[in-house]
Order: sequence, then structure tokens, then C-alpha cells
Amino acid sequence: MKKNQFIWKRKHLLGLRSLSREEIEHILDTAKGFEQISTRSIKKAPTLRGKVVVNLFFEDSTRTRNSFALAANRLSADVIEFTQKSSSVSKGETLLDTAKNLEAMGIDIVVIRHSAGGVPKFLSRNINASVVNAGDGFCEHPTQALLDTYTIREIKGSLEGLKIAIVGDIAHSRVARSDIYAMTKLGAQVILVGPPTLMPAKVEQLPVKVSYSLDDILGELDVINMLRIQFERLGSNPFPSIKEYSHYFGLTVDRMKKAKKDILVMHPGPINRGLEMESEVADGPNSVILQQVKNGLAVRMAVLFLVNQGAMMRQKIKDRRERLED
Amino acid sequence: MPSLLIKNGRVIDPANDINEKADILVVDGSIAQVGKIEATSDLTINAKGKFVLPGLIDIHVHFREPGDEEEETIASGSAAAVAGGFTSVVCMPNTNPPIDDATSVEYVHRMARQARKTHVYVMGAITKDRAGEQLSETGFMIQAGAVGFTDDGNGVQNTSMMLKALKYASMFKNIVIAQHCEDTSLGTKGVMNAGYNSTVLGLPGIDPLAEEMMVWRDIQLVRKTKMRYHVQHVSTARSVELIRQAKHQGLPITCEVTPHHLLLTDAACCDYDTNHKVNPPLRTDDDIKAIKQGIQDGTIDALASDHAPHLRSEKELEFLAAPFGIASLECALGLYIKALIEPRVIDWPQLVSIMTQRPAQIISVDKGTLGKGKQADITIIDPEATYRVDVNKFRSKSKNCPYDGWKLAGKVEYTIVGGEIRYSSRKQDSAD
Repeated sequence: MKKNQFIWKRKHLLGLRSLSREEIEHILDTAKGFEQISTRSIKKAPTLRGKVVVNLFFEDSTRTRNSFALAANRLSADVIEFTQKSSSVSKGETLLDTAKNLEAMGIDIVVIRHSAGGVPKFLSRNINASVVNAGDGFCEHPTQALLDTYTIREIKGSLEGLKIAIVGDIAHSRVARSDIYAMTKLGAQVILVGPPTLMPAKVEQLPVKVSYSLDDILGELDVINMLRIQFERLGSNPFPSIKEYSHYFGLTVDRMKKAKKDILVMHPGPINRGLEMESEVADGPNSVILQQVKNGLAVRMAVLFLVNQGAMMRQKIKDRRERLED
Repeated sequence: MPSLLIKNGRVIDPANDINEKADILVVDGSIAQVGKIEATSDLTINAKGKFVLPGLIDIHVHFREPGDEEEETIASGSAAAVAGGFTSVVCMPNTNPPIDDATSVEYVHRMARQARKTHVYVMGAITKDRAGEQLSETGFMIQAGAVGFTDDGNGVQNTSMMLKALKYASMFKNIVIAQHCEDTSLGTKGVMNAGYNSTVLGLPGIDPLAEEMMVWRDIQLVRKTKMRYHVQHVSTARSVELIRQAKHQGLPITCEVTPHHLLLTDAACCDYDTNHKVNPPLRTDDDIKAIKQGIQDGTIDALASDHAPHLRSEKELEFLAAPFGIASLECALGLYIKALIEPRVIDWPQLVSIMTQRPAQIISVDKGTLGKGKQADITIIDPEATYRVDVNKFRSKSKNCPYDGWKLAGKVEYTIVGGEIRYSSRKQDSAD
């Protein structure tokens, strides 16, 4: 089988835009293997014993930060938590100094979240440790998209030919971008839904369709991913009122009647209940929101495992080359 | 002052319609004669195979003094200017404090005299503190020698304020109001061009409209006031078209373009390299094409580097946090050659014209030509000689230059300011 022949080579996970279908599938397959660790009585594997993972979070996060911490713990790594509200630019330490200081302590993997797009890439160019993107500005959130696709694959078997809508603030969403890359690479058709004021520039150049009407397309969908309206990222209000937004783009019990019976309802969390979706839908039979959270753990274990493997392989190649040169 | 004879060069002086092999004699700091000259002189430069040009003029530089002397000083910037072949530059007023009164204008002139490299002119701020709220003392600054006004770095947002500025300035002669066109309500937090690349990079964009709206607005204000007005660093196709139309209607409008808006697109931001973070942002291939057409048909009057030095420590930040700006004064000529001469967009006399005569007209100084009796500002270049850009060799204090390592043609051999050799590519000067 091809997945046995596949060799993971990457030292970092910066985003999904540059990953191949094979690489994405390999992460998901690896995650599958890690899933059962959480069901054992002793929920630990020795895979990353002696490795140090730092959780470098410059933005608020509960879910992702805890999920990464737990994933690292399950693999027996030592975990350092480093949380700072905002990156100090004019005063105090620069981002690069912070990272280099942590590196001097001998860390192996940096899991970073930052409000500025491109920061993981910037770090990966400047430090030796592996870098895992836990969300950068509105650029990418690769592990979220991986757990989304993992969840869909688990239930639907495959993403091939599925119609998936991503609804809400596409312009400021890193989840949407990573989802688009992962889902389309795995063969799904992605439809972006929301008001034009929440669509990014040149959205038509992405491999997606765009719809301004949720009602028009709801009946065709196999999966609907409701994004959180991120009030902190919005500038001057891109829609007149929350009430009007919910009227057109909220997932209500009433609206759900138009959907396929087996539609999967997803949300990256945290939910604004009553805004993006009504509580009855969030907690209803089609909702897989908590499965997403659960799968996040396996996916992040897989990612930490793989970037470590990639780093070790690179080191090995480097060592061999140096030996040959000696 | 010793007399100077420049022999056997190809003299390109578009103002006098000269493009031929000729000698130039400089006596007492002025051009005494152009043509076949047999006279002897104290110093002689053999310019065989070289181009002898009117001293190059850059009407848009940031020398950071007063306030940010760690990035650049008037002395270091002036040294960079002559190394780049520029005998005159115009400093922008967005210093700290801003150049918004006569004393500050005089300060820049004094530091420039001490540096004794290039001529340094000053544009004062249109409004006090560049805040867009109250006119600065235009008249007093003109008396101190300011050649024009701009709030560069900021556009004047308030329409009524801008109208007032144009109206008020129209009572003075030989002054230009220049504008950094950016309607911040359309892209206040943007860090690069709004487009496909900003979307996939997850960076907030600056819509081309932000520039075009202000260009359009100001054209209407110029129509009303008839005041001389200059658009700084034009970056979009639509802006070029708006300016072209305004010029056809006879409005007193000029504009400039930078090397980076001729050579780089927003695709260059894809590695989050902050040396490509500049405002107005790098745009698209279509914009470059339109700008080149604008240069061909004369819509664009001047080339200007927008030399904007920043410390390495400031640029070594996340793309969102790093300051805007590219330092390119020392290699600007080579960049223009690469963008305009090598692909045959324009010819040498045309290039020289938009680097000398026409920028001189914008700031109303009697420069940019090699006419008899003019002050002897002369740049001698070897158009064929190539070099590799090496930021570590810059005289500029800052190295934030995306062209590091580029191979460029057009080496500056001599930069002569007021009859004095202020830069020579050879260590031992002149007397061949």
C-alpha cells in the first residue's frame, strides 16, 4: 500500500497550503494510530520521551493550547508553557529574542500561536527547533483543519466528492484557509458562505465556490462548518447587526429542516451560541463538535510525532554528510 | 577652486537636446563650455566610454534627521546620495520632530552644509505635526528654503484641510504641494497590497483604491485651486490613468515613481521578508505595466527612490509589526536601468530627463542641465560596467534593501557637485 511507502520528511508544520494530498493523508493515518492511546488505562506512549515541547502562545487559547499540551504529555515529552498576551514590539523583548532564549534552553519543538500571519515561517527560518503552527493571524491553523478533515473522514469514510460549506467571517479566518487547502486536496468541493464584506480579496482565485445565500445551498451540503464571528478581528462592522447576520447566516433549527438528514455540523469553537448557531443545533444529533475536539488530540499527537521524525531524519542526513566530508 | 575638464565622454543633456561626444569645462564651480575643448585645466577627467550627465536628482528621500540618527543622518544619507550619483536630494519632513517650521528647515540645511556631499533640499510638512489638522507655517518655511510641502507617510485625510492647504500655498511662487496618497479609511491596518497574495498570506491588505481615491479627490481640488500638485510614489494602474487624464485637461499635476514599484510585485512578500514591506505596497504585474506606459508617454515626470532606511532590529520582526520602507539610494540608478533601459521601455535621454531636468522643474530649482553658466552638478557613469549590490558596503546606515546581491549595470564613476568631485569610484581622485 502506498501509505507504507510514504516517508514523512518535514521538520515543521507551518501550514497546509504547501502540503501534498499524500502528506495530509499520512498525518491523518498516523493520527488514527494514536487514537487508541487515549482509550487505554495508561494513556501514555514513550515516543517523545526526553524531548521538550514549548507552547508559545501570544494569543488567547484554551482548546488548542491544552490540546497540544495534552498531546505532548501523552507522548511523554516535557512541556513548557509560555503565554504572553501580545508580542512586545517597541518595548521589551522581540519575538525573535523570546524564541532564541527558549531555544537556548534546549527545546525540540515550538508550538506557536500569534496574531500576525507568517510568524511560524519567520521563526522556522531563524531557529533550529521544529515549528508547529497553532494559528497565525488569519493565515493558517493547520491542526484545526486536520482535525476537521479527520472527523469528516472518520464518519463519511472519505472527503472525495463531498460538498462542504464554510460559513461566516472568511476574510479573518485562518481556519477557513487551512480547511480550504485540506478539504480540496482531499477531493471535496468547498463553498464559502457569508456576506461579501467578510470575503477576502480575490477570493475567486481560491479553488472554491462562493455563495452569499446559505438557504440556496444548504440542501446540497454534506458538511457545514460554522465559523465563529471574531468580533476582536472585525474592524468597522461588516454587517449591520448581529440579528441581521443570524437571520441570513445563522444555523437555526428551522433552517436545519432544509438540510440533508446526515449533514455534519461542525464548529471550531468557541461557539457564540445563538449567533452562528442555535443551541439546539450545536447540541443536536448532526453536531460533531465534541468529536472534533476529541480528534484534535490524536491529530496533534501525530503532528508532534511526525515533525520530530522529520527533524531527526534531517539530522541523520546532516551527520552522515559531515562524516563523509571528514 | 581648481578648474576641471571632462574629456571625451558622451554628454547626455536632454534640456539642451545634446546626446553626443563632447568635452565639458568647469570653471569656478560653473559650466564654462560644452563642446570640443582644447583649453587646459587644473584637473582633467578622461571620460572616454562614459556617459556624462547632469547631476541626478532624487526628490524623495528620508534622511531621518532629526530624531532617528541611528537609522540615517543627513551626513550618511548625503554620502549614500553621491555614491549613487545624486547631486541633489529632497528630504521628507517625517522626522522626529517633523520638519514643520522654519527652524527645522534651517537645521537640515545646516547639517547638509556640514556634510558637504550632495545638495539637500527640504519639503516641509503641510500640517503641524503631520497630523492633518492645522496648516504649518508655509510662508516661513519657504523663506527658510523649503521647496515644497507634504505630510509624507500620511496623506492629508480631511478634504477641507487639503483644499485649504492648496489654496493657501497658491499665493507663493515656485512651490509644490506633494501628497502621499492613501485614504486610510480604506486600508488603515494594511501591510501589503490587498489581493490574492494577501489573502493566502493572511495579512491585512491595502486596497489600491486607498491610493486612487485620494488621487482622484486631489485632482478635483487642483481643478478648483490651480495650485501645483505632485503625486508621490504612484503605485497603481488606475492612479496613472487618473493623472494622465488630469494632465490632458491641463491641470498642473506631476508625479513620481519608485524603483520598487517598477521591479517588484506583491508576490515578493510571500516569504514574509520585511525588506519587501513598503508603503504604498508592492502591487501587481499589471500595475508595473501601466506605470511603464506612463513613463513612456510622459505621464510620469520623475523617478524617486523613496529611500527609507530602517535598522535591522526594526525589520527583524513579524511582517505585521515591522516598519515600512526600502533603502535603495545607492543602487537606484542601476535599478532604473534594469527596469527601463534594459527592456527598452525608454532610451537614455528619456531616462536622464526624468532623473534630472523634470524633477528639477517639480521643485523649481535651476538644475538638471549642463547649460553654460549653470552650477556644475555632473554625474559620470559607466553604462556598461556591472556590479553586485552589497548592502554591507552601503554608506547608508541602514541595510533594509531587497536588492542585496542583485547584479546591476551603470556604475557611478564620478559625482561632481558645484564643480567639486564629491565622489569617485577610484580611491585616488581625478588627475589622469
